Amino acid sequence: MTSFSRSLKFACLSAALILGACTHKQEAVNTAPPPAPPAPMASAPAPITSSILPGSAEDFRVNVGDTVHFGYNEYNVEDTDKGILGRQAAWLAKYPAVRVSVEGHADERGTREYNLALGARRANAVKEYLVSQGVSTGRVETVSYGKERPVCTESNEGCWAQNRRGVTVISGGANS
Amino acid sequence: MKRFLVLFAALAALWTAPGLTPAWAALQVDVTQGNAQPLPIAIPDFVGGDPALGANVAGVVRADLERSGLFRPLDPKGFAEHITNINAVPNFGSWRSITAQGLVTGQVTQQPDGRLRVDFRLWDVFGESQMLGLQFFTTPENWRRIAHMVSDAIYERITGEKGYFDTRIVFISESGPATKRVKRLAIMDEDGANPIFLTRGDYMVLTPRFNPTAQMIAYMSYIGSKPRVYLFDIETGRQEVLGNFPNMTFSPRFSPDGNQVALTLETAGNSDIYVMDLRSRAIRRLTSDPAIDTAPSFSPDGKQIVFESDRGGGQQIYVMNVDGSGQRRISFGQGANGTPVWSPRGDLIAFTRRVGGNFTIGVMRADGSGERLISSGGHDEGPTWAPNGRVLMYGREAPGQRGSSIWSVDVTGRNERRVLTPGSASDPAWSPLIQ
Repeated sequence: MTSFSRSLKFACLSAALILGACTHKQEAVNTAPPPAPPAPMASAPAPITSSILPGSAEDFRVNVGDTVHFGYNEYNVEDTDKGILGRQAAWLAKYPAVRVSVEGHADERGTREYNLALGARRANAVKEYLVSQGVSTGRVETVSYGKERPVCTESNEGCWAQNRRGVTVISGGANS
Repeated sequence: MKRFLVLFAALAALWTAPGLTPAWAALQVDVTQGNAQPLPIAIPDFVGGDPALGANVAGVVRADLERSGLFRPLDPKGFAEHITNINAVPNFGSWRSITAQGLVTGQVTQQPDGRLRVDFRLWDVFGESQMLGLQFFTTPENWRRIAHMVSDAIYERITGEKGYFDTRIVFISESGPATKRVKRLAIMDEDGANPIFLTRGDYMVLTPRFNPTAQMIAYMSYIGSKPRVYLFDIETGRQEVLGNFPNMTFSPRFSPDGNQVALTLETAGNSDIYVMDLRSRAIRRLTSDPAIDTAPSFSPDGKQIVFESDRGGGQQIYVMNVDGSGQRRISFGQGANGTPVWSPRGDLIAFTRRVGGNFTIGVMRADGSGERLISSGGHDEGPTWAPNGRVLMYGREAPGQRGSSIWSVDVTGRNERRVLTPGSASDPAWSPLIQ
């Protein structure tokens, strides 16, 4: 709008040189909608734009992705998950003060202690992949929760697949 | 006397018979028939100055013996003779008339020093003779323990096996939804009485085990989000992390002499079994395989350790000497097999069998032969032995992780029943007989 009225003014000025009068035209320009008044500072509830703070744990979780999944009794990083882990590594390169903890989880089809060991394998596999992508090993802790922290509680393949996971959690150094 | 003894002998023989039938057939018999004939026994309320206390003591004894599955305490309403003096010979004919084969008479009296005195006699109704007469002294608040000791004495006199009623269970008390389950360390008496919570639930705890004196508990805790093995002193309430390891330690088990703890240490994702000497805190590594090696359990002579490993591709049970030598696989059954626990008698190893999502408790001989499944299955996991090696407890998870409970079953597979716990519970571990 602004550039349009400016070009109108320009057109009027140019025309004035030829026609000797441009008052009318000027008025026409003035009828264009005035610029919006500045938003009142305190009275109206200004919408809070919920932008995620770059470098925050929320930024990592939402914009990068914190979870990868594993096959049954498997702990190798799937090819389909290498993208998300690559993004995690890139994000960690951008925020070098951040430290993370990788949580390894298992589905319910294993005994308690076996699943603690399996969760440790999965957490370590994620850590090793991040390290291979340039994250220094000292920034990545691992912790296994075995089958103790399911995200889905039905006894079916859909739930089991969701529960076999590695979750990278910011443990320190992030913007808050 | 003769008939009484013959009956007991028959019962004992039935009870101790090795599994001659295939595991699945035995399982069906256990669940649907329960064909062991429990022994009818009459236990009138104990006499004495405090009738309520006498009734309470007798009630605990009746409940203990009934729970074992080997006795059938008769309803006191049908008793013809009213016992008033336990030093008089009972009228055996009146007890025979209600089919009682055993009779327990008892008395609770308050001593001048404030202690309780409990006397009891066990009578053979058909043999018309006393089989046992004992006397206990205790502080009044300990009356339940005395009742359990009476039960143990009766059980032992009649079956020839040590009892297990004067014992405790350490377990994990659970509450809240499965995705955020709160787990607290807790102990209770074997019959579910006197539950005590040892941790508040602000961090997760798992897999507790008693030491041989039942004074110390080894368990795994997530304090500070660092899963490590801890020791808990029941007397003082003092907790300490065991060792100073950079990574997760789990699956603690005491040696039979209580001086060592076998545990699993995870390093770079790989789990191996170590033994720590509790006095010197020196550690010894027993396995060094890239597979998962965990869930160790000492043989009662302390010379061997049974454990689980997936070095052969799936989770199976292995045995090694206590120095780590001679590692060999002993389980070759269907599915995955883990959580081995050596019987206190040394003859059997209890384990968890998993086929798909179905978990069942089984036992096998120490060489891996003669395996039988003894629980009714579903999601039964993590067996623990009564100190006499005749009964097991284990955890059962309801489908969809809607809650967990503790169950017990005879080693034969008979008498499977739920154990009373305060709310949901898992990971039971049976204490030795309390000293």
